[in-house]
Amino acid sequence: MGFYEVTLQLLEGFKTTCILFALTLAAALPLGLLFSMGSMSKFKPLKWLMKTFVWIIRGTPLMLQVIIVFYGPGLVHVGDLTLREFLVLHGGMAFDRFQSVLFAFIINYAVYFSEIYRGGIESIPVGQYEAGQVLGMTRSQTFFRVVLLQVIKRILPPMSNEILTLVKDTSLARVITVLELVKAAEQMTAQYGLIWPLFYIGAFYLVFCGLLTILFNLLEKKLSYFRG
Amino acid sequence: MDGKEMHPILQVEGLGKSFGKVEVLRDISFTLNKGRVLSVIGSSGSGKTTLLRCITSLEKANKGKIIIGGETVFDAENPVKDSARERRRKQLKTGLVFQSFNLFPQYTALQNVTLAARLAAKESEAYKKDRKAAIEEIRARGLQILSDVGLSDKADFYPWQLSGGQQQRVSIARALCMKPEILFFDEPTSALDPELTGEILRVIKQLASTHMTMVIVTHEMTFAKDVSDEIIFMNKGVIEEQGDPQIVFENPKSARLREFLNKFTD
Ligand SMILES: Nc1ncnc2c1ncn2[C@@H]1O[C@H](COP(=O)(O)OP(=O)(O)OP(=O)(O)O)[C@@H](O)[C@H]1O
Ligand SMILES: [Mg+2]
Repeated sequence: MGFYEVTLQLLEGFKTTCILFALTLAAALPLGLLFSMGSMSKFKPLKWLMKTFVWIIRGTPLMLQVIIVFYGPGLVHVGDLTLREFLVLHGGMAFDRFQSVLFAFIINYAVYFSEIYRGGIESIPVGQYEAGQVLGMTRSQTFFRVVLLQVIKRILPPMSNEILTLVKDTSLARVITVLELVKAAEQMTAQYGLIWPLFYIGAFYLVFCGLLTILFNLLEKKLSYFRG
Repeated sequence: MDGKEMHPILQVEGLGKSFGKVEVLRDISFTLNKGRVLSVIGSSGSGKTTLLRCITSLEKANKGKIIIGGETVFDAENPVKDSARERRRKQLKTGLVFQSFNLFPQYTALQNVTLAARLAAKESEAYKKDRKAAIEEIRARGLQILSDVGLSDKADFYPWQLSGGQQQRVSIARALCMKPEILFFDEPTSALDPELTGEILRVIKQLASTHMTMVIVTHEMTFAKDVSDEIIFMNKGVIEEQGDPQIVFENPKSARLREFLNKFTD
């Protein structure tokens, strides 16, 4: 195995890593907003349901959640079928390995994002809403024209952190043998006794995170024209 | 009495407000005529802010009636469910200047002043016909008001680039841009360094000279005496004394008011 072959094979794994990252982000960003609205709801049962859900998702390891989503349906019984068989029969759908990981990631990250959104929204002084109201603006005008950008500015640092963590969390997919970047390197260690690919993939993560950091810094700079 | 004084623009009748079991306002009644300036004084916790918040719809009173310009905008006995448009129209009869400014940090002074007017204009006929002209008209109005409060050179500054006094003047301009019938101030100088209060008081005086109807909650007694046509002294949620500033300040009837005023002459 030369450098070229190793690189090609790692790129295969890196592709899975990137897809998992991108799809998780694309789905969890909006889903998190929905969750945060749930946990800020004035309807108490929904609020408590959401709080319990947040507690469970944040209180258990993501790796465990991935394992449960993948193996769970094959072990739980509905009548004399397993849940997996039941789902295939009636809905035609059962998660494959990648989909299981993706599902667990989206839920997990949406929950973390929702807590960041909630913190951001609740940190905006009521005076901003009241100023909007006395000026005759509607609630949604006040939210979208006044509050939102302030929230974005405030949540940018914790969101950046969370998104960088996501890059590295993608490596958890290997617990159910999804061939992402770390798994790809591990295979080479197992098959050819090569150690250096493990260090080599470290560079992949570093570059990926480095580029994201530059992007976040640019965004932060863009929003630095105002304070508050 | 000249003709102007014959037109009550604000009538508050038997207003009451409780937070849970705590009665914060009790049977508040007064009338204010167009173009007059009313100052509301009273010790901390007497309900001054709550009164302003009830009249400006930030808080919902439990009892009584509020009539502005002859139109009942609140009646506890006859609650009405207004459409969003109706609510906005009633809301805009009053303007409110907050103690803590509450400027929108991501907008420049001019944008702060014109934002609400621009959003409201979107529903108007003029806007649908000629968008550019409508926006330009609002912009010109905003600039004019900013120059009226002495900030023509600060139009493109963001709030953080302005002093407290300048920020408060922007917030006054912002309220004025919506052309309220009555402008309310809740301790407009309390968040400011003493040397900056003067510029705000000057702006309010200047507004008074243009016959803007105003209600000012303040702890600046000299100013209240100077600028007001009427004074209300509140104590524990009721109007303890009201009347002409000369009389209220020189010859207070109530012992509480005498005690209150003494604190300011020390
Ligand atoms: N949202 C609220 N919930 C419960 N109690 C409140 C609320 N707002 C005000 N109060 C109470 O109502 C009373 C009157 O408060 P208010 O703010 O109107 O007084 P104030 O005259 O403006 O005082 P200050 O001079 O300190 O501004 C106070 O006892 C206060 O604790
Ligand atoms: Mg107050």
